[in-house]
Amino acid sequence: MSDRESMEYDVVTVGAGPAGLAFAIRLKQLKPDIRVCVIEKASTIGAQILSGAVIEPGPLDALLPQWRKAPPPSCVPATHDEFWWLRDKQHATKLPTPPQMHNAGNYIVSLGAMCAWLAPQAEALGVEIYPGFAAAEPLYDAAGAVCGVRIGDMGVAKDGSHKPAYTQGIDIKAPLTVLAEGARGHLTKQLVARYELDRDSDPQCWSIGIKELWQLAPGKGTSGKIVHTVGWPADTRTYGGSFLYHLDGDRVAVGYVVGLDYADPKLMPFELFQQFKHHPHVKPLFEGGKIVSGGARAIVTGGWQSLPRVEMPGAILIGDTAGLLNVPKIKGTHQAMRSAMLAAEHLAASGKAEGFNFVLRNSPVMAELRKVRNIKPGFKKGFWFGMANAGWETVTAGYSPWTLRNKPDYQQTRKLDAYVPPDRQWLDRDLPPRDRLAAVYFSATEHDEDQPVHLHVADTSVCVTRCAQEFGNPCTKFCPAGVYEMIGSGADMRLQINAANCVHCKTCDIKDPYQIINWVTPEGGAGPNYQNL
Amino acid sequence: MKILVAYKRVVDYNVRIQVKPDGSGVVTEGVKLSPNPFDDIALEEALRLREKGVATEVVVATIGPADAQAHLRNGLAMGANRAIHVTTGAPIQPLTAARALLKLVEKEQPQIVILGKQAIDDDCSQTGQMLAALWGRPQATFASKVEITGTVAKVTREVDAGLEVIEVDLPAVITTDLRLNEPRFIKLPDIMKAKSKPLETVTLESLGVESGDHHKVSAYAPPPKRSKGVMVKDVPELVAALKAKGLL
Repeated sequence: MSDRESMEYDVVTVGAGPAGLAFAIRLKQLKPDIRVCVIEKASTIGAQILSGAVIEPGPLDALLPQWRKAPPPSCVPATHDEFWWLRDKQHATKLPTPPQMHNAGNYIVSLGAMCAWLAPQAEALGVEIYPGFAAAEPLYDAAGAVCGVRIGDMGVAKDGSHKPAYTQGIDIKAPLTVLAEGARGHLTKQLVARYELDRDSDPQCWSIGIKELWQLAPGKGTSGKIVHTVGWPADTRTYGGSFLYHLDGDRVAVGYVVGLDYADPKLMPFELFQQFKHHPHVKPLFEGGKIVSGGARAIVTGGWQSLPRVEMPGAILIGDTAGLLNVPKIKGTHQAMRSAMLAAEHLAASGKAEGFNFVLRNSPVMAELRKVRNIKPGFKKGFWFGMANAGWETVTAGYSPWTLRNKPDYQQTRKLDAYVPPDRQWLDRDLPPRDRLAAVYFSATEHDEDQPVHLHVADTSVCVTRCAQEFGNPCTKFCPAGVYEMIGSGADMRLQINAANCVHCKTCDIKDPYQIINWVTPEGGAGPNYQNL
Repeated sequence: MKILVAYKRVVDYNVRIQVKPDGSGVVTEGVKLSPNPFDDIALEEALRLREKGVATEVVVATIGPADAQAHLRNGLAMGANRAIHVTTGAPIQPLTAARALLKLVEKEQPQIVILGKQAIDDDCSQTGQMLAALWGRPQATFASKVEITGTVAKVTREVDAGLEVIEVDLPAVITTDLRLNEPRFIKLPDIMKAKSKPLETVTLESLGVESGDHHKVSAYAPPPKRSKGVMVKDVPELVAALKAKGLL
């Protein structure tokens, strides 16, 4: 439609996470007159941010030197680290904490709260931040370069017709578009394909992280304590581990991460997380406590060898959507912010996207990733090889003459008849949440039910025929929110998509074995409303 | 004709309300705040009356702390002409709100004041009624349809028995029910424009209104947990269970 409204900026940024906000702040610091806006699909800043999170404060010191005078809420200094190996459903052994996982000088934060704290500081510099607006698709100019984004329409009914409140989304045009969407950005996915940005890199890899924030019984918290575990309930062929971060006021952030390169077609990451909470070494902490909030999000793990080209005509990638998370450190925020600041400095100096790929690849951001590039891929050969390899790579500081390759996660799922699941020794559970739907309740997820389904399945006949036979419909298991259900039986079997429960984690888009699920943006403002995750 | 809309900021309806461990209130730190949904309906109705040519100016007002300005900008982005921010750090009870609104009414001389029928945080449903009483003007509460003809408002009210149609002389107070309208989506360019719309700030004290505690809150507590249900196999067992509880 030609009469679509549009607005023009010098730079449009997609995503108000640590990368997008740090980028906008740095750019405004360097060029106060530049017009930059940040588009965010969540209804408020931070409402769809989910991270551990323990952060390295270095980039924050560089960006906002005075930040410690007025720190974000929910921000406590790390005091001590513990690293445990859960040998089975009963036993645990404390291991020496790996060097990358020492957190002296770091901070435990709620990344959601931190973003909500960064946003007004960006606005004070003149950055325009628009939460509640989803960037639905990239815009291209006549020469084929990215020239902005189109905001999704509001008020479209499930059948595609326009409801009375229908409001057409506007175009935001800018000579430079900065993608800071976080892991598996949906615009980034389109742009990577269009410009073949991954031509010279390994396929990208992801994990899924599921997290809850607990208010413990009084006196049970140890502010600043950081505990990580490996081992049970993951089997030795599944990359999995937990985190327990003690905030202030007897609050604990607990989460479980599972590599999406897992093989078991019936694996339920959600169940692994809940089982972990019931390990006798862990469970007493939660007894008598309450869940405050919870949710899930894909984590980008491909690292150095999977980093796509981060520039294309008219646009660049920063942070997790590029894929800069440091897996052994279990941290991505400092990398996201550093890449964002580099991008801002590059754009302030040159005014164009060209050259950013070179800048990033020759920066400390990439040097950090190069050092640890072989650690995560080593776990593909099993837990013990992975641990030994991680030790070797740590001692040699990444100077191994080889680089282990990454393969697409979705190809790692084995077929039902080719996989014998191990005895997982599941425990009986009584801590909340009882099941995935009970968990969705804690994410405060809301989508207007009368809108088009935002999870596009290219061919649902595959679900009832090939997928049911070959894989047993893994989407019904890996989705942490129970969005996918196979209902009916025999000839009446069909896929039902409960899109209103979607917590925007993107796992289905990544792990579906046939790559026929496409996550698109629902109405702006829809989705989870996380509280301090 | 001028319309004044009372526009309160509340904890968003999607948020799971949590009582602070010490029972002194509910947790609002890190919690999403939104316009009271009934107040969005009130503002929408005022805007529609302006678009129909009935009203010429829509003024939104809120009473709250300094950061409630962003909330008023939201109302301006939706389409209000200007905003008044009555600042106070103290929690506001309905009588205080009504008294403060009365001061604004005396100054602004609107023909209609539209409020939500209640705010979803305290569910009091008192401010509109109190304002009408203090102002000495008619009230039409729980409106599901509003028609203005000259100086008379014909209002369809949602009442227990169904619908009631009344006529009130203007100036009057109207409070909105859920079915009155469906508020519009805010457009991005309008958020930009809202930044330059006039927003007047006055302190509650300067209006001569005290934020006194008219009723005291002793403690907050979540509703008691429902005890676990009992599974019964068949009807006779159900009947026996009901009898045992003295319900049959």
